[in-house]
Amino acid sequence: MALRHRLADRGVDRTLLLLVPAVIFIVALFVYPFVYGLQLSFQPQPGSETVQTYGSGPFADYHAFFADSYLRNTIWTTLKLSLPAALFNVIASVPIAYRMRGRFRGKRTITTILVVPITLGTVLTAEGLLAFMGPTGWLNRLLVDTGIVDHPVRLTHNYWGVLFSLVISGFPFAFLLTLSYLSGIDPTLERAAATLGAGWWQRFRHITLPLLAPGLGITFCLSFVLAFSVFPSAIMVGDPSGQTRVISIAAFHAAFEQYDYSMASAIAMIMGAVELIVIGLVLGWRSRLYRGATGGKG
Amino acid sequence: MSTRISELRLDGVSRGFGGVLALDGLDLTIEGGEFVALLGPSGCGKSTALNCLAGLLPLSGGAIWLDERRVDTVPPEQRGFGMVFQNYALFPHMSVRANIGFGLRMAHVAKAEARKRVDEALELVQLGDHAAKFPGQLSGGQQQRVAIARAIVLAPPLVLMDEPLSNLDAKLRLEMRTEIKRIHQTLGLTTVYVTHDQEEALSLADRLVLLREGRVQQIGTPEEVYAEPANRFVAGFMGYRNELELPVTSVADKTVVLGDLTGTRREDIGEVAVAVIRPEDFTVGDGPNALEVDVEVVEYQGREQAIQARTAAGDPLHVRATSRLAPGDRVTVSVPPERVLVFAADSPAAPREVA
Repeated sequence: MALRHRLADRGVDRTLLLLVPAVIFIVALFVYPFVYGLQLSFQPQPGSETVQTYGSGPFADYHAFFADSYLRNTIWTTLKLSLPAALFNVIASVPIAYRMRGRFRGKRTITTILVVPITLGTVLTAEGLLAFMGPTGWLNRLLVDTGIVDHPVRLTHNYWGVLFSLVISGFPFAFLLTLSYLSGIDPTLERAAATLGAGWWQRFRHITLPLLAPGLGITFCLSFVLAFSVFPSAIMVGDPSGQTRVISIAAFHAAFEQYDYSMASAIAMIMGAVELIVIGLVLGWRSRLYRGATGGKG
Repeated sequence: MSTRISELRLDGVSRGFGGVLALDGLDLTIEGGEFVALLGPSGCGKSTALNCLAGLLPLSGGAIWLDERRVDTVPPEQRGFGMVFQNYALFPHMSVRANIGFGLRMAHVAKAEARKRVDEALELVQLGDHAAKFPGQLSGGQQQRVAIARAIVLAPPLVLMDEPLSNLDAKLRLEMRTEIKRIHQTLGLTTVYVTHDQEEALSLADRLVLLREGRVQQIGTPEEVYAEPANRFVAGFMGYRNELELPVTSVADKTVVLGDLTGTRREDIGEVAVAVIRPEDFTVGDGPNALEVDVEVVEYQGREQAIQARTAAGDPLHVRATSRLAPGDRVTVSVPPERVLVFAADSPAAPREVA
């Protein structure tokens, strides 16, 4: 009896069993595949190009990746797409969420419109972009017909197409998060700042932004991870063999065209490592900010 | 930078919201250095009036004049009024020193001067040792004192306080009340103070403004409002707990007779009138206006007892007495006619729930 109570004090009782489904889920669908992939990445496939060039040591696949500029550059290509997309989404969501606080007519409609893109998925978004911004799409026809440009502007099958796609599908997510963080800031704080002589910009800069920054850090991390795994748009609205050959394409190529699963796993691990580095840097910056309670009911 | 104003005038100030008038034509002139309390039950418009003064709510009608300068059209950040909020609204990410100095920073006051003034403010509210702490590390009373220091450090022409003590426990409330009084006596800043606690208003204010459903019921000094309430509502709110509705037997210029009760006439009355009496004005024993009552509930309050009794007619009667009574006793209580105030029966009634 005494043991049961002592364990309960530490949080160990029958309600822990509620965790079992989640744990099983995570272990089966994440931990196991991850560990399997990790150990696979250290076992270069016999007969593959890697083994022929670099031998069969555990780091052969990694060596091959970084030695080949065609593969190595995918990291930078993906960062060049995901960092600006995430940054834009986070920064753009702030003024819009700021304006959307409080009650006003049509709020629900506007919120729905802003959030709908997330329900469409990347494939539909990419198709829509091709129709709208392609060489014979509405936008270019309008620009050419009104004489603003001489010939169609190349906005698809290149870097810009993928960037737009990432922004469209990633913005609703960043917006919802930012809106929720903003709502967690006590509105009387800004009123108090106003009575102390702070204009709207000063209120934003000294009160709202510092309290919002930790939330924005998290929003950036999540938006970045979402954007870094870009795949369908890089192929459909991008230039998958050149400008937008992102790291996920390299992994796909290794797995399903070369059937070199070790290499593919190694690429996936490198992908994870890059994301971890970026997130680590952002969270490190965030840990130096005030992250306590901000009042709520905003 | 002490800007002592000579007069703050509210001229027919009204504020409506969705067809409902939260504030209806408030006329009030406040002299420089005065401490005015806005008193009333929830929903009477006192907080609305304060927020209108601060500029956080626009007026639906009327105007506010500060020394013949119109201020209701000026945004809050330019009015220069200090405000203390009910939930303190301290900036959680700034230290106590930074919180108090925020207004000075917005006004671009030189660093050395600002530091000196913040130190003075900290001294005034006795928080000198806590300057480097953050609001999250302070107790409720300390947070309240930081909020007050933050509002007064600029020596604003007007200080607004929105029920600053309601979130504190009883003992702290009494201590802080004295603090606020002391600070007002030291600095002499014109203050408008909102509260629903009549005791607080009586002890702090130079003048009280009683509001009910957006309309002014009475404006007067604590003595005037306490001893000479203008109507039944004010009387009920200021502690005249007993309200006996009785038919009028005879009316004279200054006195009214209602059956066995003789009271002082306070306004024009009809055939039925209401006599209001303070529980503490009753004495147990024979005397003028003697009434026989049955004691029902006795509450121990130290030197006195709070007694609820019932008259022969079946009306409840609240009495405060120093004698030791017990439930079931039948006693005689009396009250002098000057302490029985008679109002018209249809005079605005006090709210069911009095704070």
